[in-house]
Amino acid sequence: MTTVSQDPTAAVAPRLGRRPAPHKAKRDWTGWKFIGPFMLIFAFVLIAPVVYSIYLSFFKDQLVGGNSFVGLANYIQVLGDQKFWESLGRVSIFLVVQVPIMLLLALFAALAIDSARLHFPAFFRIGIFLPYAVPAVVATLMWGFMYGVRFGLVANINDFFGISLPDPLSNAWVLASIGNIVTWEFVGYNMLLFYAALRVIPTDLYEAAELDGANHFRVIRSIKLPALRPAIVIGTIFSIIGSFQLFNEPNILKPLAKNTIVTSFTPNMYAYNLSFSGQQYNYAATIAIVMGVATAVIALIVQNRGSRKEV
Amino acid sequence: MTQATVTAPSAAASARGTRSTSRATRHTRSLGGRGVHQRRSILLTIVMSVMVVYALFPLFWLFVSSTKTQSELLSSFGLWFSGDFSLFDNIAQTLSYGNGEFVRWFGNTLLYVVVGAGGATLLAALGGYGLAKFNFPGKKGVFAVVLGAVAIPGTALAVPTFLMFSQLGLTNTPWSIILPSLISPFGLYLIWTYALDAVPTEVLEAARMDGAGEMRTFFTISLRLLTPGIVTVLLFTVVATWNNYFLPLIMLSEPTWYPLTVGLNQWNAQSQTVGGDAIYNLVVTGSLLTIVPIIVAFLFLQKYWQSGLSAGSVKA
Repeated sequence: MTTVSQDPTAAVAPRLGRRPAPHKAKRDWTGWKFIGPFMLIFAFVLIAPVVYSIYLSFFKDQLVGGNSFVGLANYIQVLGDQKFWESLGRVSIFLVVQVPIMLLLALFAALAIDSARLHFPAFFRIGIFLPYAVPAVVATLMWGFMYGVRFGLVANINDFFGISLPDPLSNAWVLASIGNIVTWEFVGYNMLLFYAALRVIPTDLYEAAELDGANHFRVIRSIKLPALRPAIVIGTIFSIIGSFQLFNEPNILKPLAKNTIVTSFTPNMYAYNLSFSGQQYNYAATIAIVMGVATAVIALIVQNRGSRKEV
Repeated sequence: MTQATVTAPSAAASARGTRSTSRATRHTRSLGGRGVHQRRSILLTIVMSVMVVYALFPLFWLFVSSTKTQSELLSSFGLWFSGDFSLFDNIAQTLSYGNGEFVRWFGNTLLYVVVGAGGATLLAALGGYGLAKFNFPGKKGVFAVVLGAVAIPGTALAVPTFLMFSQLGLTNTPWSIILPSLISPFGLYLIWTYALDAVPTEVLEAARMDGAGEMRTFFTISLRLLTPGIVTVLLFTVVATWNNYFLPLIMLSEPTWYPLTVGLNQWNAQSQTVGGDAIYNLVVTGSLLTIVPIIVAFLFLQKYWQSGLSAGSVKA
């Protein structure tokens, strides 16, 4: 059992003593044969666009004078842009409400499936996960049709019970309706993330807990939740990134809710519409950078706090 | 950590070996976990059934709706069949509408998936393996750059990528979709953690003694050991490319190279427009046809991706 250790060099050490393999030489570039192709394309599709958009954000296309260097003017404009702040506020509310609900549901489902107290656990696992395989476009179109008050399910329910439910696409409800679509799409993915982490908890921990007479909730609190912490941190970070990038669902719902989903509904929609309807590429690039930095900072804070508590 | 050392030899075995071991682990666990006072709970099963119903009823709605004619779709109760069973009629119409543009989009999606997701998986497998099994100058830098890039929101990059690609004349070509799809930092990470345990360094040493080149060793020996991890990455990159919407939306201005997602959304937008040809039944049927292949793939390859994910999370 100890032959394969965590440190790959440990197992090789004795052999190395006999005959130093060439690939272990001081400057061995063999690894680049493997990582090289990835890094080449990575540089082209990830690093280059970042550098390019930073460059763009310092320029402005003006009617008089053409393309000229403006320093931080675009950034100052973003900070004073009410549409930007409104869109950021919207995704922040979304983040604070939707993400906890989704992660708690996912956590509950993962613990239930792992508990061995459920009938047909495999069915529940795949059933709840399945929506993840559905494209955001199809998910949003489906829910959008069902939300419809004219001929969707909401209309059916209203007719049947003779009541009038609020319009899911009205101003007051549209964010919650989008939250529901996103929850539906990703609750199973997060559940699987948590479930995979639960699966690798060593069995002897449970046996010890049972000998100590710990009940089910005690096991969850003392063994399972601490073991889940890294997975919860990852799930939270992915969800924060997802919320700040919110685009697909509101953009696809837009034709159904023309008056409630404005072109600057989320920061991403704002940047998109600035580029493709307004041709304001420099300003759009600036917004993309501001959002990228904001997301990265918040993700780092969550990661640090998440791992600090672990120690 | 204890678990990591215990599963390491099994991960080094073939895919089949890994799967049977994980089943064995599960078996011992449920014996240990269930104990005397833990019986299967009806209440918990009912609560979870509510969640499954929530997850599956929209898909049921989609199927039921695909069997209806346009007028039935707009007038009958959504969650049950009504009128003539016109699923096949709808499928035929979906495939032929607009000179068969749906078939064209389906072919485009397949192209993006095969080249994009296939290429992404190959690059992630090579790179993750390189990171796990070699020390090379700049390795730390590679880590830092890749990890940093994961924190950058993908869609935030989309607009700058579009601007750059349009400068290079790549927009409105399949390359504008395929090139960005080739990078999967998550896939790289998963293969890297998986390869640490699944490919024993002794095996590589033995191959080197025999004089096999590093690339040959990778394709003849390591690739097979990495199979569960690779299938997992492949499935997730396939889903990502199959479901890709934002990138093609901004890169393509003409329907010729649309994937299914953008095409369907265009049909829907057209239906919502006053005076546009309202083809709701085709939007619904087209949506069904779009999700069937991917759901089938997930159901059939369950065993693989679930073992691959568990292995990845050991280190997470």
